[in-house]
Amino acid sequence: MHAAVLQAATLGRRAVVRTVRQPANVVFPLIFPMLLLAVNSGGLKAETRLPGFPTDSFLAFALAVPFVQGALLATVNANVEFARDIQTGFLNRLALTPVRGIVLLLGQLGGLLTIALVQAVFYLAVALAFGVRLESGIGGGVLLLVLEAAIALAFASFGCWAALRTGSTEAVQGLFPVFFVFLFLSSMNIPRNLIETTWFRWVATANPVSYLIEAVRGLVIYHWRWETVGLGFAVAGGMCVIGFALATHALMGRLERT
Amino acid sequence: MAPRPNSIEAHGLVREFKKGPRAVDGIDLHVDPGDIYGFLGPNGAGKSTTVHMLTTLLPPTAGRATVGGYDVLNEGPQVRKVIGAALQEAALDPYLTGREHLRLQATMHGITGEERKERSNQLLHRVGLTEAADRKIRGYSGGMKRRLDLALALVHHPRILFLDEPTTGLDIQSRTALWEEVGRLAKEDGVTVFLTTQYLEEADVLADRVGIIDHGRIVAEGTPEQLKAEIARSTVEAVPAESEQKGAVAGVLERFGTPTTGFGPESVAVQLAANDGDLAQIVRALDAENLRISHLQIHEPTLDDVFLDKTGRHLEGAGAEGEQEETAAS
Repeated sequence: MHAAVLQAATLGRRAVVRTVRQPANVVFPLIFPMLLLAVNSGGLKAETRLPGFPTDSFLAFALAVPFVQGALLATVNANVEFARDIQTGFLNRLALTPVRGIVLLLGQLGGLLTIALVQAVFYLAVALAFGVRLESGIGGGVLLLVLEAAIALAFASFGCWAALRTGSTEAVQGLFPVFFVFLFLSSMNIPRNLIETTWFRWVATANPVSYLIEAVRGLVIYHWRWETVGLGFAVAGGMCVIGFALATHALMGRLERT
Repeated sequence: MAPRPNSIEAHGLVREFKKGPRAVDGIDLHVDPGDIYGFLGPNGAGKSTTVHMLTTLLPPTAGRATVGGYDVLNEGPQVRKVIGAALQEAALDPYLTGREHLRLQATMHGITGEERKERSNQLLHRVGLTEAADRKIRGYSGGMKRRLDLALALVHHPRILFLDEPTTGLDIQSRTALWEEVGRLAKEDGVTVFLTTQYLEEADVLADRVGIIDHGRIVAEGTPEQLKAEIARSTVEAVPAESEQKGAVAGVLERFGTPTTGFGPESVAVQLAANDGDLAQIVRALDAENLRISHLQIHEPTLDDVFLDKTGRHLEGAGAEGEQEETAAS
């Protein structure tokens, strides 16, 4: 048991080191969501005057988006590297050791989780520096990081599945626009109850990403709204279970070892 | 319980890919403990697929094999404990250093703490990478990567080592250094080495026994000397002093054997009908026809002659048609 934990930690550490040594994979996921947040906060500020808008700070309202976006970017970057491991034969190198398949998967996810959490702390620090107040307090901030971990794992497990299923860096990169379509078709820019276009409100309601964003938002702009936060955790958990099952199945197919 | 032998055995080993031909088509082989076995063949012959099956990475479609006394199909984890492998691609992470690779590999084998550190240092020294140990892999040359790959395969003191085309793409200096190290592993440490190669010289210099594979089948097997003795026919190569006499020179030489290729464009060559062909007789025959020769040489049989004899083709350039299948395995 101890050996498996050490192996997973070593693989996770490798994923982090590899990311840190590629500045583009560090800077872009930190800067891009913040730039988009700045642009949206400036351009959509007037939304706060809509009757029923839940806060008078659009920055606080939109802060949930970088959290989800950051998790997506970390997922794509890390899983492109994972697919590269398959293409180059690095996975075969690991498969030739006594390490268990599940440990390979946990190591990969653990590394990605670490990166996503560091990003989340950065987004939170920038938002606090620009005057955002966490209505749920310090406890809410801690829960926000736990939620971010769950969201990152949810996306990451699907990314791992894609990497293992296809073994192609291009296919994993192709996930990025797909994930972003889900993001843009969610309640990222406006509360669902204020969406007037019926089809869009329906799509946003059916879109699981809406519930992830609303859970993060719930911890930023409300004191404690358990229902919203709980729903976010449930959606993230459900995605984790499905994604992890798919990834495990794909791993077994990929590692044909006897 | 008696220790398991360091041998490799395969009987009727087959690997068929979906919608593809048989990459490996019923091979039998036996490698004695401590031997270096050279698995020689062109690209696409089935060498890598065989290695993938013997190292448990790919289950055979039919047949059976034991490595280190363990069945590759039913005792995969035990096989992996006793083998080390450097596969065709030196799969290294360009953003990690050599030392970090060794640490990672050691941890995956359950080697931790001080032992891991000592083993890493020992192997880095052994493959001559101590100075480069803390540099990222992307700055390594092809030879350095191959040496690190070998070190990684040795981390857990394997009894059997699989090397899949370990010197492909290396300069002669790096190739020679790797040959020395592999030879030392077998002779001094008693490690059984299964080495695939498409280089005749590599198999000839390094291997105790050679298996020649073509289109997934072993077409010849034995010590390099045995295989060459089987052919037992030398080749005579002549370069006419005047190129217009090439046809006439060929006519004379063909009295002594069958024409063969693989030499320079100016050369005429025949494989002698018997190994007791007399060079003096050939010279006299050429002289009688007033043919002037600028270069005349007898070549002893090579493994390429063996390959030619068994397959009707020279080893060099024989692989193009089968490359697709080999790629499927790797």
